[in-house]
Amino acid sequence: MIRELTCIVCPKGCPLKVELENGAVMNVTGFTCPRGKQYAIDECTHPMRTITSTARTDNGEVIPVKTDRTVPKESMFDCMTEINKAVVRLPARIGDTVIENILGTGANVVATANMD
Amino acid sequence: MKQIDLVIIGGGPAGMSAAVAAYESGVRNLLILERDAHLGGILQQCIHNGFGLHRFGEELTGPEYAWRYEKQVWELNIPYMLNTMVLDISPDKVVTATNSEEGIFQIQAKAVILAMGCRERAKGALNIAGTRPAGIYSAGTAQKYVNLKGYMPGKNVVILGSGDIGLIMARRMTLEGAKVHAVCELMPYSGGLARNIEQCLNDFNIPLKLSHTVVEIHGKERLEGVTIAKVDERRRPIAETREYIPCDTLLLSVGLIPENELSKTASVPLDRVTGGAVVDQDRQTEVEGIFACGNVLHVHDLVDYVSEEAEIAGKSAAAYIAGENAEKVDVALHTDGKIRYTVPQRITQKKAVTVFFRVADVYRNVTVKVKDGDNVVYSRKKPKVAPGEMESITLKPETFANAGALSFELEVQ
Amino acid sequence: MYDIVVIGAGVVGGMIARELSAYRLALCIVEKKHDVAMGASSANSAIVHAGFDAKVGSLKAKLNVRGSEMMEKVCEELGVKYKNNGSLVIGFNDEDRATVEELYKRGTANGVKNLKVLDSDELHAIEPNVSKNAVCALHAPTGSIVCPYELTVAAIGNAMDNGADLKLDFEVTDIRDKGDYFEIVSAGETLQAKYIINAAGVYSDAIAKMVGDTSFTVHPRRGEYVLLDKECGTLVSHTIFRTPSKMGKGILVSPTVDGNLLTGPTSVDIEDKDDRSTTPEGLAHVMREALENVDSVMFNKTITSFCGLRAVGSTGDFIINLPRERFVNVAGIESPGLSSAPAIAEYVIELLANAGMPLEKNASYQPRRVAMHAFREASMEEKNAIIKKDPAYGRIICRCETVTEGEILNAIRTNPKPRDLDGVKRRTRAQMGRCQGGFCSPYIVEMLAKEMNVSYETVTKFGGESLINVGKTKEVK
Repeated sequence: MIRELTCIVCPKGCPLKVELENGAVMNVTGFTCPRGKQYAIDECTHPMRTITSTARTDNGEVIPVKTDRTVPKESMFDCMTEINKAVVRLPARIGDTVIENILGTGANVVATANMD
Repeated sequence: MKQIDLVIIGGGPAGMSAAVAAYESGVRNLLILERDAHLGGILQQCIHNGFGLHRFGEELTGPEYAWRYEKQVWELNIPYMLNTMVLDISPDKVVTATNSEEGIFQIQAKAVILAMGCRERAKGALNIAGTRPAGIYSAGTAQKYVNLKGYMPGKNVVILGSGDIGLIMARRMTLEGAKVHAVCELMPYSGGLARNIEQCLNDFNIPLKLSHTVVEIHGKERLEGVTIAKVDERRRPIAETREYIPCDTLLLSVGLIPENELSKTASVPLDRVTGGAVVDQDRQTEVEGIFACGNVLHVHDLVDYVSEEAEIAGKSAAAYIAGENAEKVDVALHTDGKIRYTVPQRITQKKAVTVFFRVADVYRNVTVKVKDGDNVVYSRKKPKVAPGEMESITLKPETFANAGALSFELEVQ
Repeated sequence: MYDIVVIGAGVVGGMIARELSAYRLALCIVEKKHDVAMGASSANSAIVHAGFDAKVGSLKAKLNVRGSEMMEKVCEELGVKYKNNGSLVIGFNDEDRATVEELYKRGTANGVKNLKVLDSDELHAIEPNVSKNAVCALHAPTGSIVCPYELTVAAIGNAMDNGADLKLDFEVTDIRDKGDYFEIVSAGETLQAKYIINAAGVYSDAIAKMVGDTSFTVHPRRGEYVLLDKECGTLVSHTIFRTPSKMGKGILVSPTVDGNLLTGPTSVDIEDKDDRSTTPEGLAHVMREALENVDSVMFNKTITSFCGLRAVGSTGDFIINLPRERFVNVAGIESPGLSSAPAIAEYVIELLANAGMPLEKNASYQPRRVAMHAFREASMEEKNAIIKKDPAYGRIICRCETVTEGEILNAIRTNPKPRDLDGVKRRTRAQMGRCQGGFCSPYIVEMLAKEMNVSYETVTKFGGESLINVGKTKEVK
């Protein structure tokens, strides 16, 4: 079976073709960088995504945050539930951890802006 | 009147990058004027990732990308004024601006870099029939409410236009608990990046309806629904395909317009296609000493290219102030229509130049040809080109040294 | 107990209220909407007609010509922009030429001054962008332009400054005759008043019915408009009309006092008195006919399109009368209602005086109001003096129309105080430019919330359910 994907690793959006046999990746074509190939394999076995969002701050505003590495795609909404519960103490700096190892994914949620 | 060598209008990615480049090229008497309360421009509300791969080799969010430059501005002690709106630029480079501390003040500049960015095409311009309820926003306005203010403009969303901001907001509002019912795109192809269709729409099963538009708006106070319809090849709605979608929010992502009102006060000639200034390879406009870069010059897909272009403008402004001169030529760049525009639009110096361009439609298996009369001086094959993606080629000086004009053409197999 | 209550805060009610505030009267204006100038006064052609259209001898003719004469002084007192740009009625053939001659005669009979019939050369000499196919025109130098909602806001603000009350969100559901006074009933509050002025626009027939007057009806006539960027504001300097036909006055092309170009209106009778939707056919009609009249109207520079409803009365003329003691109808005020408004106010006072209402001059009456655009028009030195005193005037909020934080705050604090985004827009022009509030509306929401001491998410576009935001992020259920 051939699965066609659009690579999301970078803005180029390379069209990828993945050859699958019983769920196992046999071959990938169409990529123009090693990260593209890895994306194709991951996407067909365990799709991963970076989450970018905002979190509440202790003064009632919001601060932008992201997962510092990708998390399983199917966990995105569960991660959002956790992120929505968080309250970030100000001042905060880019890279400050907001949630450590969110839902055991190994990814930390970190601030992506400086706020006083 | 204050005398400043280089005044940079706008402290977004273009303005900051131009300032840093000018500083590094020796300009010390410079000033950034920024209308907002912070540097970074629109990047501050673009909290999604995807910035900086080209520039920094890593994937950053908008505020993180802005911070990379903000830090340099601070470290180099480049002066800037926030909450400062430029009201007028005269052709002889007198900049009039206002803020709360100084009131209205004027600066005589030796050189000016225009870096005001762009704005979104507004609802009014579309003449959609129906009522005028609350709940209709440009995608960027919704982005500001959600990401900077922390408020939700609505819960049931239809998006008109598949520009990148619209796609990004489809995902953003979905993650915040809204339901995005459809993205309608008038054209038979999307104006956004392929990766955004994948990760912002497909990931969440949001339908992208190509060749569709919103034909009627319903609801007296708050939006209650929209009627959408398929359009024919001449982009006219087909009555039998009308479909009503209940929703409380309509987001518009129907194009960006370089914001050149100030350029006009300085009598800077504009390109009808780009909506930005006509420039040479240095990003110098037709008004001597006034440069332009970033989205005020032409709308870019990637901020990385904005930074790159702004560096050219910053360096060139520094050279202009220092009175440096390279060997002169005068080559006008023309396009064939399939290629909609080039930036720069003219070449005035005999040195290698990278020419950026956009195409008018989706074409496959094409050859980009640059001709001096009938003589092909450059040729390159491409599997696919699309209006949403900016292309570039680099010309060596010998290809245009003796040309009066070059023609950029797209040959489609 | 009020001496007099004016129902309807449009330009007619507003001008009457202002005129009444010159007397010692307990006066109140009631309006069912969230702000003043929300009906026909928010969306019309913004023209002060010279007065050649109306039938000789009609109330329309008399009040139009008189109103047109009064308008400049009224605007000057109220600090409202007014421009005497002159009107042209252009014709394309012999039939039109006959109509132009007819209008000339009618206008002269109505007392319109300095009318002149122009030939093609004379016409194109003063308006080079008028269609080359136009062969003649009626020139009315007294024709002018004004902003209808600016005038309404100013008139009501001035009345309030002179002691009038304004009650918004006050929808009159019943009027009870109590012998020597009325009870005016709404869902929330009941007012008592000795006199009532019925200036309720398309609903004035419903109000009249509440006191037993069924002598007339009013129906809405839809008019769709397309407004263009200021870049196009100098395409013509006069207001360009087409010779009227059975189908109405046709599509005009006119500069506005704020420098935009306005085209419209269509003219379609409808049933629903609240239906202000635009239609694809209507907008197409406006664009097609505007282009027939004036060359190169750039509709790709459209800022917005909108629809207004004229209140068309069943008698063919303005309906201004006392159907019973102490109750005055001011109904069916369709075009030239804006032009006539100052004269209507004067006429109503006369009616009241003749009907025996005690009118004693208010010694502290101040007819003048500070212009909302005073800062905009100040010199750089004057502006800097103001910014020094109040730094908010140095900060631009609306970049398209160059409106400062100081001007917006001043508007929010000035009678009649706006309580929503559209109210701020009509008073300051913030959000009125090419980006249509895309950049500045989040800031204006914040300013309104702070000034009114309400939470951010309760701010509306124009009251009711027209919320800008539906809640906070992180909390959406």
